[in-house]
Amino acid sequence: MNGFGNVSGARGLTALSGSESPPSPGSEPGTVDMMVNMGPQHPATHGVFRMELRVDGERVLDLVPHIGYLHRGSEKLCEHELYSQIITLFDRLDYVSNFNNELVLVTAVEKLMSVEPPPRAELIRIIMCEFNRIASHLLFYGTFAIDMGAMTPVLYNFRDREKVQALFESVSGARMMHNYFRVGGVKQDVDADFAARALTLCDDLERGVDDSDRLLSENAIFIERTSGIGVISGEAALDWGLSGPVLRASGVPYDVRVEEPYSRYAELDFGVPVGSAGDCWDRFYVRILEARESIGIIRQAIALMEPGETMARVRQIARPPAGEVYAHCENPRGDLGVYIVSDGGERPYRLKVRPPSFCNLQALRDLTVGHYIADAVVILGTLDIVLGEVDR
Amino acid sequence: MSAVDVLIAFAGLLGLFTGLAVAVLSLTWMERKTLARIQQRAGPSVVGPHGLLQPVADAMKLATKEDIIPAYADQLLFWAAPLFVVVPAFLIWVAIPFGDGLSVRVLDLGLLYLVAISGIGVVGLLMGGWASSSRYSMLGGLRAAAQLVSYEIPLVVVILSIAVLVQSLSLDAVIGGNTITVGENTRELQGQGSIPFAFVMPLGFVIFFIAGLAELGRTPFDIHHAESEVVGGPFVEYSGAHWAVFFLGEYLNTFVISALIVILFFGGWSWPSPPESVFGTGLSDATTNLLGGAWFLFKTYIVVAVIFWIRGTYPRLRIDQLMSFAWQVLVPLSFANLVLIAAVLFYDWPLWVMTLLSLPILFGAAFGVQRRRGVRGRPRTVRVLRKSAGEIGRPVFSGGKPGPGGVITTPSQAGD
Repeated sequence: MNGFGNVSGARGLTALSGSESPPSPGSEPGTVDMMVNMGPQHPATHGVFRMELRVDGERVLDLVPHIGYLHRGSEKLCEHELYSQIITLFDRLDYVSNFNNELVLVTAVEKLMSVEPPPRAELIRIIMCEFNRIASHLLFYGTFAIDMGAMTPVLYNFRDREKVQALFESVSGARMMHNYFRVGGVKQDVDADFAARALTLCDDLERGVDDSDRLLSENAIFIERTSGIGVISGEAALDWGLSGPVLRASGVPYDVRVEEPYSRYAELDFGVPVGSAGDCWDRFYVRILEARESIGIIRQAIALMEPGETMARVRQIARPPAGEVYAHCENPRGDLGVYIVSDGGERPYRLKVRPPSFCNLQALRDLTVGHYIADAVVILGTLDIVLGEVDR
Repeated sequence: MSAVDVLIAFAGLLGLFTGLAVAVLSLTWMERKTLARIQQRAGPSVVGPHGLLQPVADAMKLATKEDIIPAYADQLLFWAAPLFVVVPAFLIWVAIPFGDGLSVRVLDLGLLYLVAISGIGVVGLLMGGWASSSRYSMLGGLRAAAQLVSYEIPLVVVILSIAVLVQSLSLDAVIGGNTITVGENTRELQGQGSIPFAFVMPLGFVIFFIAGLAELGRTPFDIHHAESEVVGGPFVEYSGAHWAVFFLGEYLNTFVISALIVILFFGGWSWPSPPESVFGTGLSDATTNLLGGAWFLFKTYIVVAVIFWIRGTYPRLRIDQLMSFAWQVLVPLSFANLVLIAAVLFYDWPLWVMTLLSLPILFGAAFGVQRRRGVRGRPRTVRVLRKSAGEIGRPVFSGGKPGPGGVITTPSQAGD
């Protein structure tokens, strides 16, 4: 990319000169395109994401994403940690859906070791993951609304997310970086009043999701800003390797929980919201409906819970046999996979993460080009990336 | 003009300046408190009782902050731009009547003066946007120019309708009773002492309110300083006192549009009844004016609160939607309003005919806007496939490998 091309504004054309980009074919004679640099400190890029926009007035002609500002070398770090320590690193990948990340790792290691966690532990995991999915989606509704200039929903959603985190804290001891799942189960059993509190929380969240639904999706401005914006077809979405709500919004009913049921999802009945337009509206509304389905899953899982063990009999320091394994789960953002190569030691030989945010982000340019600058922000919002996961 | 007159005018300006500065402080506090209440927060609560001194603390902070002028900025224009916003915003208030003939300067051409002065502000935004030499401020400045110029037209045409209705450009005439002569007929127009013009021309009121919001650059028309897009637009490079002056101008404009709504459509200080008829005529002139002014300000603050309320509720329009709304909806409607009021006066119909004619147009337009844009409630494009109903669970990747150009069989149940 040609960096900063021509500059508008005072002394711009000479002062900040770089290579000037030639006028695009569509623009009028005598005009030049402008480069706009968004991020990594832009309020709408959801973290340290940077995009270079080439714009003709308000129209986006080209977009180049730049990632890597939050690169911490997580995958390499994992090669130097015990499996139990890697759980804490996975908490920090997608830092708004920590339980879902932990689940992928412990599922992979259990698969490698052929360990079966006790049924109660599996249900606790499912409940935690689904609560986390709701919390993550609540955050999405709020930040998405902020991207569009509505500042109120995010505060309501933070109120509800706070309640979820309070429950997480009582279960795991931490609001966000839980480190609660273990290879073979969970760290400790939940309290006696857990079921009652979780059910109350379900009611609260149902109201919270309804609030977001009514405040945003009934609003004509909101509909007009999202409907028909950033359309991607099901085929293109699959070609890009998109997953999660972004893929389902394009009409592909692919949900790992249904296609390759892990944990005890096969026993639970739930719906998978699928869009048909593949636009920003569908990507938003799929998430609203998904949160409601998650509440249903939690209620079923609580009904299934019976007293029992929460930890299988495994060594404190897991030492899986030599071999390799790939496990993937349905994260709030999509299909999170982990590939582990073990040489029989207590640390993985190689660990590779398949991050849904990263894959979803790839489609950003195709989705955005031709739209307005304001739409670029909205489209990026619906992809709902978490930079901790994109950069790792 | 004698020395005394000059002194009185000077004292009036000084009083106006002080009063408006206090009003702006109160507005910032009120905005933050209102938004906080809407958003289930406490808002400012530490500095002073109920955070009442927060605006003072903010003002002191801003005044003492370093005033940075970027190296690549056009120094002079950058420095002067805030003045082009704030000075007109102050000047408008010279003509605003707080009571019966109680304004710093009673202008017979008050409405013309308002329209003329309020057009200057956009120059300041454009100057600031250009002089900052930042692409965000450039985009913001151009957005502001396009938006403010477009929405000025419906605004002015509605003001023109009011002028036609009262047959005068004087703000006092708009508020109080007036005699108008149409052709052979002379009749008493009760002004807004009896019926506020919001009820006489509801269409004009709605147009004025919407266009006024856009003139202010307030939600849902805040595209020129949209934080999530152009990060503050023309203000992005400003700091310290210059930034404060910009925002002084913004809040003054908010206040003035609210005051204009009250004056033009809700009878200013006099509706529903002037102080004399409530408290009797025994009061001194000063007390009467004070009561009238307080009532006027109270009404203005209510309008301001509605504007803040809208800010806490709505998302923002996109620039093309905003421009097409101005040119395709508001401009034609405002001219329709002007023609209607002219016809009503020409044929000497009673004023309720105007109301009757306006309301169908207003509701028809609202309906048309919804229909024309295809917004009929939420799109019904998402449906839930249930596992138990067997609608989902068949493999997506049946046969072939997924990939570019591969044989992907997207299930037929997906789209239909």
